[in-house]
Order: sequence, then structure tokens, then C-alpha cells
Amino acid sequence: MKESTIMKIHYGTALASVGLVAVHILMRLTTGFADSLSYENVLANYRSVPYVIMLELILILLAVHGFNGLRVILLELKQGRVYEKAVSYGSIVGMIALIGYGSRTIIMTNMGMV
Amino acid sequence: MAQVSSIADEQASTPLSSPKSILLRISKFNPKLDESSKFMEFTVPYQKWTTVLEAILDVKKHFDHSVAVRYSCRQATCGSCGMMINGKPKLACFTKISELDSDVVTVEPMNNFPVIRDLTVGFEKLFAKHQKIQPYLIRDDSELESDEREFLQSPEEVEQYIQFANCIKCGLCNSACPTMATDSSFVGPQALAQAYRYVADSRDKGKDTRLNIIDESHGIWRCHFAGSCSQVCPKGVDPAMGIQFLRGYLLGFRS
Repeated sequence: MKESTIMKIHYGTALASVGLVAVHILMRLTTGFADSLSYENVLANYRSVPYVIMLELILILLAVHGFNGLRVILLELKQGRVYEKAVSYGSIVGMIALIGYGSRTIIMTNMGMV
Repeated sequence: MAQVSSIADEQASTPLSSPKSILLRISKFNPKLDESSKFMEFTVPYQKWTTVLEAILDVKKHFDHSVAVRYSCRQATCGSCGMMINGKPKLACFTKISELDSDVVTVEPMNNFPVIRDLTVGFEKLFAKHQKIQPYLIRDDSELESDEREFLQSPEEVEQYIQFANCIKCGLCNSACPTMATDSSFVGPQALAQAYRYVADSRDKGKDTRLNIIDESHGIWRCHFAGSCSQVCPKGVDPAMGIQFLRGYLLGFRS
């Protein structure tokens, strides 16, 4: 993939994250911040389909943005063909792993495992 | 090892009637022989018009002829005498001692370049990166074949790129660039500014080729827009602005 395409994704995920995280924070304020973090409310959030789609989107956007940012930092720290390939593929693996781990909570809640 | 000396009356190129003198600290380093650089210290008289290059040449003439320094035109045109002067990349021929406002002047080789010896650095990478962006007009026809004999441009079209054409390849921008300090593969502000110089030229048809060259993992996107390249340019070129314009092309804001 071209670097300009990657950077367009990088900037796009940053902007979209800001918008969705703002909605996420505003939702905390609807029932009072402390109450919104109570066990039952958190589970209720995970069972609400529109809200869970938003949480999943935030997770994907931040994982893509964060791991690409880490890739850029690591590429600037050190150079070398093998190292750069390891960093690029490592970032993709890290991204997928983080999204998988975050999604696991949502899936377990909706399967009644929590 | 430090050597403190003063110039004898009869030998000095700068007259000793000069009431002022500075301590000139010159970095001495031969990568083939030395493990680390050392500073040699010389007391040099100066007038208000004396440049750092003239002071270094005085030292070469009277104290230590082994000091390695590259210079040629002495008028900020050839771009040969770039060095760190009191910690900032400057042209030695274009920097007056009186303007430095310091009793001690420390000269070192430019950062982000391999040291050949003392104040002289290797420009191979700079020229290779400059060459990589194809710094010439790309088009199928040539002025020799054209009926008009030359490719005409309006003043407005010239205005688009003319400041970038002032680059003298002195390497000060690359020396000041914080990204180049860690990323040795980064194409650098000098080459990027020259890429913009040709992309913005209405006579050039190689925009897509050049944009492809700089659109790689150590290309234009590694610039953090610190702007230090533009601050140190002795010819008033603004590489940081050129880089932002190039990004505009790549992001689709410019065509």
C-alpha cells in the first residue's frame, strides 16, 4: 500500500475517533459519570446494538491509528530491510490482536458468558 | 588537547589594531585516526565585518594549517562552507563574528552528515537524494525542437517555484532537520523542496513520477513540520512550506 494511502487512513481514523469518543464521553454524562460505569450499566451498553457498534468502531479506529503511529515511530528510530518488514507486519498483527481482544469482551457479554 | 594562541602582529590578515578578539573553538576529528572529536582553541582578532570563515582561514594560515574546511566563493553562492556555528547550522562565509554576540565561537561539522575530517562533511547522500527526485524538467519535447525556441512562462507561473530555485545545496536544512537525526533513510528537506520546485514548474510534466518517488516509507510523510529547515536556509528558501504543498498534492487538495 502506498504511504499516502496509509497516511490518509491515519488522519481519517484520528478525526473519526475524536468524533466517536466525544459521543462516547457524552453518553457517560446521560446517567451521571459514576452510575454509567456501574457493572449493570456497562453490561447494558454492551447489549445495546447501536452502542456496541460504536464501541467496536472506536476500537478499530484507535487500533489502526495507534499501531500505525507506533510503526512510524519505530521506522524513524532504526532502519533496515528486515527490521522495517518486521515492524510493518508486527503492527498489523498487533492491530488485529488488540481488536480481537477488545471484541472478545463484547462477544462474551452477548453470548451470556458474563 | 587545547592550544591557546594569539596571532603575531606582522602575520595577521585581520589587523591587530582591532580592539576585539574572540576565542575560536574548532572541532578536530579524523574518523580514520581519532575515537572522538576534540576542540582546538585559538584567540582571533576580528573587525565588525570579519566572517567566521575568515577567522578559520586566519587560524589555518597562522596556527594550524591542518584544519580541514571546505569553501569556495566566500559569498553564500557555492554552498560549500556549511557548519555548526555556536550550535546552529550556518554558512561560515555568511556569518559575521560581530553578529554572533558572543566572545566564544565554536565551529563543528554539520549534524546528520558523515565527517570526512574536522569541519568537512561528505555530501554523497545529499546529492544522491537530490538526484533521486529527478531535479530537471521532464517532458517529451525540448526547447531545441519547439517552434517558440523556449518554453514561455507568465510571471505568476514563475512565482510558484522561484524561491525554491534559489537552493544552493549547502545542506544546512538537512543538518537542522530533527527527522534526519534519527532516520538516515529520510529523503530530507533539501530534496523535498527541490521536488516541489519542479512539480510547481508549469513547464514540467513529471509531477506524478516525482510524487511517486517521495511517497514512500522514508519519504515526505516522515516530516514532522518542525520548520527548522526553513529557519536555517541562508537563501530564504522555505522547504517546510514546499513539503506542505507537496502533501497537498498527495492528499488531493492541490492538482
